[in-house]
Amino acid sequence: MADSTATLDAWAEQEYKWGFVTDIEADSAPPGLSEDIIRFISAKKDEPEWLLEWRLRAYRHWLTMSPPHWQFLPRGYGPIDYQSIIYYSAPKQKGDGPKSLAEVDPKLLETYEKLGIPLEEQMMLAGVAVDAVFDSVSVATTFKETLAEKGVIFCSFSEAVKEHPELVQKYLGTVVPYSDNYFATLNSAVFTDGSFVFVPKGVECPMELSTYFRINAMNTGQFERTLIVAEEGASVSYLEGCTAPMRDENQLHAAVVELIALDDAKIKYSTIQNWYPGDKDGTGGIYNFVTKRGKCIGKRSHISWTQVETGSAITWKYPSCILQGDDSIGEFYSVAMTNNRQQADTGTKMIHIGKNTRSYIVSKGISAGFAHNAYRGLVQVNRSAENARNYTQCDSLLMGDQCGAHTFPYIDVRNPTAHVEHEATTSKIGEDQIFYCTQRGITEENAVSMIVNGFCKEVLKELPMEFAVEADKLLSISLEGSVG
Amino acid sequence: MISTTDQRTMTILDLPGATPDDVAFPPWLATMRRAAATRFAELGLPARNDEEWRHTSLRSLQSTPLVPAGGTASSLDAGVVNAAALPGLTGPRLVFVDGVLSADLSSLDALPAGLTVLPLSEAAARHETLVREHFGVLADGAREAFTSLNTACLGEGTFVHVARGVDITEPILVLAIATGRAATATHPRLLLIAEESSRASVVEDYVSLGHVPHLTNIVTEIFVGANAHVQHAMAVRETDEAFNISTLKVRQERDSYFASHSALFGGALVRNQVNPVLVGTGGHSLLNGLYLPRGRQHHDSHMRVEHQAPNCESRQYYAGILQDHAHGVFSGRIVVSQIAQKTDAIQQNRNLLLSKDAQANTKPQLEIYADDVRCTHGATIGELDEEALFYLRSRCLSEEAARGLLVYAFAREGLERIELAPLRDALTNLLVEQLPYRGLLDSFVGDEAG
Repeated sequence: MADSTATLDAWAEQEYKWGFVTDIEADSAPPGLSEDIIRFISAKKDEPEWLLEWRLRAYRHWLTMSPPHWQFLPRGYGPIDYQSIIYYSAPKQKGDGPKSLAEVDPKLLETYEKLGIPLEEQMMLAGVAVDAVFDSVSVATTFKETLAEKGVIFCSFSEAVKEHPELVQKYLGTVVPYSDNYFATLNSAVFTDGSFVFVPKGVECPMELSTYFRINAMNTGQFERTLIVAEEGASVSYLEGCTAPMRDENQLHAAVVELIALDDAKIKYSTIQNWYPGDKDGTGGIYNFVTKRGKCIGKRSHISWTQVETGSAITWKYPSCILQGDDSIGEFYSVAMTNNRQQADTGTKMIHIGKNTRSYIVSKGISAGFAHNAYRGLVQVNRSAENARNYTQCDSLLMGDQCGAHTFPYIDVRNPTAHVEHEATTSKIGEDQIFYCTQRGITEENAVSMIVNGFCKEVLKELPMEFAVEADKLLSISLEGSVG
Repeated sequence: MISTTDQRTMTILDLPGATPDDVAFPPWLATMRRAAATRFAELGLPARNDEEWRHTSLRSLQSTPLVPAGGTASSLDAGVVNAAALPGLTGPRLVFVDGVLSADLSSLDALPAGLTVLPLSEAAARHETLVREHFGVLADGAREAFTSLNTACLGEGTFVHVARGVDITEPILVLAIATGRAATATHPRLLLIAEESSRASVVEDYVSLGHVPHLTNIVTEIFVGANAHVQHAMAVRETDEAFNISTLKVRQERDSYFASHSALFGGALVRNQVNPVLVGTGGHSLLNGLYLPRGRQHHDSHMRVEHQAPNCESRQYYAGILQDHAHGVFSGRIVVSQIAQKTDAIQQNRNLLLSKDAQANTKPQLEIYADDVRCTHGATIGELDEEALFYLRSRCLSEEAARGLLVYAFAREGLERIELAPLRDALTNLLVEQLPYRGLLDSFVGDEAG
């Protein structure tokens, strides 16, 4: 038992492996938030008047709001000084910007290589298009041509505003309105870039789409905005992955993701989040306060969220589905791993509005060190939602006796034909399980890793093939060096 | 008789200042009463943005004119009282009429040795140290407005003491009757101390005779000594206009057993709060509840089980049957502190929606700080199982009989957990009266009882 405690302790103490800083000159705005800064961002990005107006409306609304405090964070979080954040920071470009990968700053590419995702290799081996966001501006967009043939638009948000303003204007803010919540409103005012995906009627996107977000410059809040629209019968799978360099100050990450699925459309959105969690004493780390929501507008539409959350000092997000179309389906698969002094309050919301709507929630929380991990989820069945179905399973795994695992489900039902079920368990890795493995010659470290992987399997298998390997790697790297 | 118009009408917020202190309490209790009034004024009534009151609005309570309880007991015919009381409970009983203790209707004769049942004021005088060491310790009202209100408006209450090793078989009954002669605000209070290795049970029964709005704001404190065995039951069967708020606080020492049974059968707005704290190892806690809101009734059950010692077990089973426009709320939280290793906790909430206008909100929650524990919770909301219906129909039961039987079976499961046979039977009969298709059920129930 002493050994397995040592194992867990060692695991809890391992260092963040991706803490390095790329030294690139930035073309930044001065720190602070005001209407002038918003005008500056908008002008820098050469945006149309309506978008600037939308940003300003959001900003004026944000001034009237106060930060929420209902989340379960036993250690709380430090006040955020919104005036010390730099809201715009773009890597300086030589000339007119890169036209191909060869023109991209080699230092940037090196950064991605250190993260284990060399662009070329991924392009060749995995057939994945990568829209790499470095700080706030997209620097490399690949495979655009292949996608263009099918009529799929996959580009940076700024580019979409320039090239497809009608689509952006039609859908922006329809799922997460600018007045939605404190952090989404802030994002609406100051978002700098992000991704835009549009899959036209009847098209099945030929490849997995992926974006690597990366916070780089010091004191840069990152406010991306992602908008994905799948028209009638279209389908798309999208993955975002995040890693960030080591910093001693808390950085705010307030992104907004909007998904829109029309009749028979299917959107699969997967996240691997590995932002800097702070050191083992809880200094520094990212505040990951993200609003993610999908709307199944069409009949038989399907939105699926998969997330593997291993990073951030505080993770606070609820990828949600509004099941408006009849027979639409919402899914949420989550692994949240917290360690040291990390805190997570995450889960989902499933709002059943249409008839025969179904939702499925699987949440796996792992808590180690001094971490707190909470699942918070809402299943709401409106009066109109005849024959709605929901099944929720949330399991917690505790590693160590100083951490906490909490479960706060909310179930609100207004229709008797609804069937809603919720189940949850909390347990630890059994000594007998570890013993079983070790007496068969498996090292204790591998045993812990195997058991954790097995615990998460139901979620990991939902990840697209290319990333399941990476997530697997991430979980086992997290457990690396844990043998006493 | 006093009529409503003769009295100065007031809202709930005015009650602490207006409730007469006509019961002779010792000075320390009078001081406590005043402090609680101040605290209540500071706290105010909980609003909807208070997470604990998210689904329960107190707006209607706040706008209801109320009359403070007090004065002398209204006369009530013994026959009326006996008809109102749960049948079969023949043990010691205290009867409160509109919040005032009626000595005539109560019976505290020939108590078994080792059992003390007294009006709270008398206990405070005769057993001052004992009362002072326990009263308001669990229910301090620091953060709970209704507990503060109860202490601030304290009238006569009930005191029960069971001496070490004494086994009391017959349940003690506390019957509180709202006559409906006025919109009375009453604040029943019960203090039960069960010493080491003793055994006792208490039934609190709340009944309305008329159809007038009234407030019943109950606070119960129970101390379960080491190896003691205590059962508590609460039946709420008040009128469609009544507000019933109850707070049950329990402290359990090592190897103790405590069971709470709540049967919410009536009341416009019922809030049932149960909060056992397991402070000694090897304790067992059972929270069993059934809520049956009908019409526009709103029943809110709020559980909080705190494991503060290793090797304890807790079980929560709450079931709701929601008819018409009823609204059922369940919120349960298991809190396992770091020291409480080897905790075994189960929480179950099941809801049956029988109408398309009914609404259920459930929040089964876990808050866990210890790693070697087994905690599970589950919640379901749905209508009757089509396959079960088909099974019964295929055996020649009519649609109605099949539905009635399934609803009965759903509710019956909770009642079966009640160990006290007379109480179980009394509540089962009450249940049948409340259920749809009751005519069809009488034969089943009769068979079982017989």
